[in-house]
Amino acid sequence: DSGKEESTWRKWNCYEEDAGMAKAPPAARQRKKKPKENKTRTVHANILHDCAKGDENPNRHYANNKIKTTKYTVLSFLPKNLFEQFHRFANVYFVFIALLNFVPVVNAFQPELALAPVVFILSVTAIKDLWEDYRRHRSDKEINHMDCLVYSRAERRYVEKYWKEVRVGDFIRLRCNEILPADVLLLSSSDPDRLCHIETATLDGETNLKQRQVRKGKSAQTFDPLKYNSIIECEKPNNDLNRFRGYIIHRSGRRDALYKENLLLRGCTIRNTEEAVGIVIYAGHETKAMLNNNGPRYKRSKLERQMNVDVFWCVIILLVMCLFAAVGHGLWMFQYGDNRPVFDVLSPEGTNLSPIMSAIYLFLTMIIVFQVLIPISLFVSIEIVKICQVYFIHQDMDLYDEETDSHLQCRALNITEDLGQMQYIFSDKTGTLTENKMVFRRCTVAGVEYSHDANARRLAMYQEMDSEEEETSCPSTRPSAAPWWVLITALQSSSCILYPNKPPSVLQEKDITPDPKLLDKVNDCSSQMDFMRFHSQPMSQLPSDLSDIIDFFIALTICNTVVVSSPNQPRHKVTLTCSGQKHQFGQTSGCSSLLSSPSAESTLTKLHEEQPSGGLEQAFSPIPPSYDGKTSWNLDEGELRYEAESPDEAALVYAARAYKCSLVGRLPDQVIVELPHLGKLSFELLHTLGFDSTRKRMSVVVRHPLTDQITVYTKGADSVIMDLIKPPDTGRKTLKKIVCRTQHYLNLYAADGLRTLCIAKKILSKEEYACWLQRHLAAETAIQGREELLFESALQLETNLHLLGATGIEDRLQDGVPETIASLRKAGLQIWVLTGDKQETAVNIAYACKLLDPEEELLTLNADSQEACALLLEESLHYIQAKFLCSPSGPTTKSFNTNFSPFDIYSSSSPSSQSTPFLVHRLGLVIDGRTLAYALDKSLEDKFLAVARSCRSVLCCRSTPLQKSMVVKLVRNKLKVMTLAIGDGANDVSMIQVADVGVGISGQEGMQAVMASDFALPRFRYLQKLLLVHGHWCYSRLANMILYFFYKNAMFVALIFWYQFYCGFSGSAMIDQWYLIFFNLMFSAFPQLITGTLDKDVSAETLQQLPQLYVNGQNSEEYKPYMFWMNMIDAFYQSLVCFFIPYFAYADSDVDLFTWGTPITTLALFTILLHLGTETKTWVRNLIINIALFFTVALCYNASCPACYSPSNPYWTMQRLLQEPLFYLLCFITPIAALLPRYTVFSLWMSENTSLFFKYL
Amino acid sequence: MMASSYSAKDEDGHITVSGPGGGTLRNKKPENTAFKQQRLPAWQPILTAGTVLPAFFIIGLIFIPIGIGLYVTSNNIKEFEIDYTGDDTSSPCYNCAKNFSWNNTKSCTCTIPFQLDQPYESNVFMYYGLSNFYQNHRRYVKSRDDSQLNGNIDSLKVGASSPMASRKKKKPSKECEPYASIDNKPIAPCGAIANSMFNDTLKLFYNDPNGTSVPIPLTSTGIAWWTDKHVKFRNPVGTNSNLTAVFQGTVKPVNWHRPVYELDTDPENNGFINEDFIVWMRTAALPTFRKLYRIIQKKNNMAPTLPRGNYTLVVDYNYPVRSFEGRKRMILSTISWMGGKNPFLGIAYITVGSVCFFLGVVLLVIHHKYGNRNNSANISN
Repeated sequence: DSGKEESTWRKWNCYEEDAGMAKAPPAARQRKKKPKENKTRTVHANILHDCAKGDENPNRHYANNKIKTTKYTVLSFLPKNLFEQFHRFANVYFVFIALLNFVPVVNAFQPELALAPVVFILSVTAIKDLWEDYRRHRSDKEINHMDCLVYSRAERRYVEKYWKEVRVGDFIRLRCNEILPADVLLLSSSDPDRLCHIETATLDGETNLKQRQVRKGKSAQTFDPLKYNSIIECEKPNNDLNRFRGYIIHRSGRRDALYKENLLLRGCTIRNTEEAVGIVIYAGHETKAMLNNNGPRYKRSKLERQMNVDVFWCVIILLVMCLFAAVGHGLWMFQYGDNRPVFDVLSPEGTNLSPIMSAIYLFLTMIIVFQVLIPISLFVSIEIVKICQVYFIHQDMDLYDEETDSHLQCRALNITEDLGQMQYIFSDKTGTLTENKMVFRRCTVAGVEYSHDANARRLAMYQEMDSEEEETSCPSTRPSAAPWWVLITALQSSSCILYPNKPPSVLQEKDITPDPKLLDKVNDCSSQMDFMRFHSQPMSQLPSDLSDIIDFFIALTICNTVVVSSPNQPRHKVTLTCSGQKHQFGQTSGCSSLLSSPSAESTLTKLHEEQPSGGLEQAFSPIPPSYDGKTSWNLDEGELRYEAESPDEAALVYAARAYKCSLVGRLPDQVIVELPHLGKLSFELLHTLGFDSTRKRMSVVVRHPLTDQITVYTKGADSVIMDLIKPPDTGRKTLKKIVCRTQHYLNLYAADGLRTLCIAKKILSKEEYACWLQRHLAAETAIQGREELLFESALQLETNLHLLGATGIEDRLQDGVPETIASLRKAGLQIWVLTGDKQETAVNIAYACKLLDPEEELLTLNADSQEACALLLEESLHYIQAKFLCSPSGPTTKSFNTNFSPFDIYSSSSPSSQSTPFLVHRLGLVIDGRTLAYALDKSLEDKFLAVARSCRSVLCCRSTPLQKSMVVKLVRNKLKVMTLAIGDGANDVSMIQVADVGVGISGQEGMQAVMASDFALPRFRYLQKLLLVHGHWCYSRLANMILYFFYKNAMFVALIFWYQFYCGFSGSAMIDQWYLIFFNLMFSAFPQLITGTLDKDVSAETLQQLPQLYVNGQNSEEYKPYMFWMNMIDAFYQSLVCFFIPYFAYADSDVDLFTWGTPITTLALFTILLHLGTETKTWVRNLIINIALFFTVALCYNASCPACYSPSNPYWTMQRLLQEPLFYLLCFITPIAALLPRYTVFSLWMSENTSLFFKYL
Repeated sequence: MMASSYSAKDEDGHITVSGPGGGTLRNKKPENTAFKQQRLPAWQPILTAGTVLPAFFIIGLIFIPIGIGLYVTSNNIKEFEIDYTGDDTSSPCYNCAKNFSWNNTKSCTCTIPFQLDQPYESNVFMYYGLSNFYQNHRRYVKSRDDSQLNGNIDSLKVGASSPMASRKKKKPSKECEPYASIDNKPIAPCGAIANSMFNDTLKLFYNDPNGTSVPIPLTSTGIAWWTDKHVKFRNPVGTNSNLTAVFQGTVKPVNWHRPVYELDTDPENNGFINEDFIVWMRTAALPTFRKLYRIIQKKNNMAPTLPRGNYTLVVDYNYPVRSFEGRKRMILSTISWMGGKNPFLGIAYITVGSVCFFLGVVLLVIHHKYGNRNNSANISN
């Protein structure tokens, strides 16, 4: 190709000329220019354009790889931060008030001083923002300065560069375990199959490896960046991780399509691949990982919503007070008429204001004076307290899971108190209640059941062992349980970090004791096949039951997306060269040892030397680990590890391996399976029709190496597969029997709480296949509606199946689930389980986890139509009413009352909304997905809810993710209750997002649920402590704090209000303006913050022992609307006492304004702090510290300057007061008189409450 | 803020450099400290009826005696009060009060006879009292220049003599407006408070039973706070010590009859450190107030300071209050450790103490009844 040569030559010439210009392009790149408004992005290799001037580089418009997540720069910090802060209404309000002070007629305080609190609040927030931004900056810097290998034309090799220097169009060489610096299009891989494995844990948390492959069309064996001259056209940057479309446009004009399989995403880690080379497509902020980065979520909690109502009331109170004062002032002025008294000072200009004008001005003045009523520091305080609460929740040892080294994550920082107010819990089943560690338990093949008793026994033994271990709880010292290789890899991992091991789960999944009967049959069958193969007999002569058995296991082995890896050498994929080509089969008699003829296509790419001795590991790695030689000998295929996207796939593969039918390798176009007697067979993988939740099945299309037939293996939920089975009348009679029996066993499995899957196959004739293939290919290459077309194509293929068998997989309950459910229930929480599993399985799990009680009645709603559903609901409603409402003295109700007092308490003490006629009965409701769909219809939802809410437990089976979220939404909106959704999988995401609080279980199924959640827990049972203890604490702390803030400010402001009656409503304040302004910030805020963070009304142990105490939060008992008013009334009473006791004590004396005001301030502070003392259940020393602080500040302030602080000029006031006995006498009586009513009510409540408390004990 | 250490990753979406596999090396287990596990030692009073009830009785038992003590103390204080506003036709000052305004320069004198029923043994404090006088009005309170009163000479000058000087603060504070200056001359002392200074002169005469009228010596020093007289208020110190010279170039407040440097003959009680002036400048908290005017020192241990008998109060009536329906009083009072005569605090203590005691009893009864019921409930369960 002369053109290519020419361009190469030109490039080199360029290099000679522009050697000195190497540094020019980066500077030019920085220049911001408007990118061309194209719908696609075109990427050229930089290598071609290095020589061109920076402006001519076609990639110059694209973002470079330097990331900057900081919001501010040094210069922009102040304006930008202020701008952002003024988006908050409260800040604007306070600034407005501060500025009002600069109007001379209005000013109440010294204008400079009035700015102080606002400046303080703004600067606290600004400092917080600055600090966060600095942290981001540091981490940006760290990331920007990570190293990677970029091809440099100047040096004709890959040189180390910082990440930030990488730009679009660069060639990057990636080594094993490196993190990708940008979104890279894979161009070459050292892997013989041109694959590259990546781990995407940082993106989606899934730890299984994913395959990426080099675009098939290109066939260069060794990739040479210098010769690369194609152009890549692809989509604009977007945040969809699972989508990538584009073309490589070769020099020749040929276009090769690119898919997401060709793209390596930033943040992923290269695994199992020695080396890969790619070209950067998206860099820096345009990478998919960065575009997906949304930051923390902000929700508004119920408490805050309540609070905002009361803030609104505060505004009303403020306005009323101001109006009152303004009218009062107007009248006061009016009574003097034209005769101005000597103390009514003219305005600075000497003009005389009319009463009406001065009333208007006074109104504004009063807004300033009373501004404290709107709690300026409340918003800041709440934020600080919540952050502290989150910190403490995060630090709780009890919420830490040692096994996974993970602990609770609070992803939403501002809804901690909602945890204390939950009323409904919606839980997923799989992975949430259960461990989602699948264990193969039983199977049915060709209508014969193999019960695997030994397996069950062994499992039971494990369970015991597990529980013992948990008691000692020291998993790091588990040498007996962990296989030796785990320890070895752990030791080796210090140098090269491996993907995380999961010893317990692996143990459970892979150790399967085969059923002897079945094992015999498998052996029998395969030896026959071997024999037949040897004698070149057609396979179809095999008895159908035996062929079914072998097909069953083959299906288990290949019908999945499991990736094989070798545990002792986990960095590298097992690269197996066994590829039993069908045409070679006849000649190469017996593939017993490793077949060494690789597929024609990839022969040349394989650099390794084949090992004829049958070793599975290739000496492929140029950096052979030292342990390789030692350990690989004693390995057999059994030690292969399977990485699966869902645990049940792996469980099935492990199960098949127990029958010596093991998956040894998987390549994009073939699957290698080792069978007893037959050795390694390579199935040519023609198509994989992946799993989706609508089809509920997956299929693979392979060419069977023994029969050379095109075979479809399908695995899926029994409900769908059974419908797709070929009608029995066309087949033999036995087939019908088999289907019947299998169905029977499936029901049995489900009754045992096992997850069932059906396995089926279908043999396609060449013509059928060709016909289907045509349409399928058309679908695959379609640009528009590709997904739909593929779906339809899959539906066409998966028909008329031949049933092979069914499997039952156990999903163990997580530890402590029944106990957690029981105690959450005692706490008055309604627990609904929404699962996609089939009804029987779900019901069984529900029994196992004590969600359903064997003694209680079960209402099962299964309807085929809307009308039937309506009828069913109507009937159940009548039934419930007849049974429970009309016979309150009936035996059922009676026993319910005596045995289950907590429910009694819950239902009677929950006046929340209209729930009064609905008592919670001892009933369980089970509804399946189809019926649920009808029940969620607008016309029936009310009835459904009426039925559902009167049941103690509700179980929705076979529900789709959408239905889950609809149920949550329905309950949340209609019943006006607080809902919590907990789940672990992608199918729970919508439900988690809809609920008031979404909890994700960071479990086996990836991180999607966690990403969507507000809180992420390692285990379900932690929910108990999270809700009952932390939820309760957070709620009660915050509720008390908010009420206290309202009270405190109202009390303080009211003091000044009463004074207006004695100063002609002139807006005068006897409290020194410094105290007035800093009161909120200094003297009374700190103790409140401390109690808001640390106060414990009830100890953690008690809260867990007496879940009933949770009802407190559910009914919002700590913060009810009337409580705000009670607090306001109390505040007004207390301020009256604090005002009038000093008033009368100093009446008609020679006391001056501020010498009188200072004791009032002191008394108010004493009262406020003592009030906090009665509110606070745990006295922390901070009250005393605070009083000391006040006196210290006051004394210093009063001694600081004899002629400053106009107008109060408080020189030596406090010092003088402290010499007067009267001051102490006042300090003694006033707080007591002020708190007397509260204390009385409190002690009345106490004597009642303690008795209640003891009743629970 | 503390939360950010862990929320960092979520917030920023940054890739952790150590990679996910790093979990094997890094242990995220929280520390088991008392603080982090919220097990800080704290005093938690167990509030039960047993601890709550005694508090009521204890408060009651402490407060009632204190209250009785205070009440007795207050009752022992002797106080005499005479209203000389003169809005009543029968009042001797009626003529003076009538038609009197700030514009009058000639003072009017009236004499008021009164009788003391009891002898006043210790030092007697003589107050003048004003009612309905809002010294606490917001604009009134602000209308002063503390810097000027502190002797800052710059506050006594008029600015704008030179551009350089005008930049500094060289005149009475703007808070004094509109009583800051007249005809570009600063007012000393400026502001509405000073302007409205009480300027009645009160004199006391003892009418001897033998018919002669003996003037009672009134001490006019020691009536202001020590810190006010010596720290807060200072005369400006000029080049010469003569006050007249120092206040050269200033004008007296509009309502004053004499300039500030003629308030007293005693140089230690003249100018800004005149104690009558200082007392007035401490704005009263409430519209009805009294201010210390003079002290009648006890002369010897034998005779009472003010014996029983007839007295005459001679008032130089200068201060108009009728326009705002104010009242003027003269008060003679002895003083105790707790201040002047005020029975309120004693009554308050007694009341609160009694209420506490009463509540204690009520609660005890309630608790007793309830406790019994509760016990029986427990048994039945």
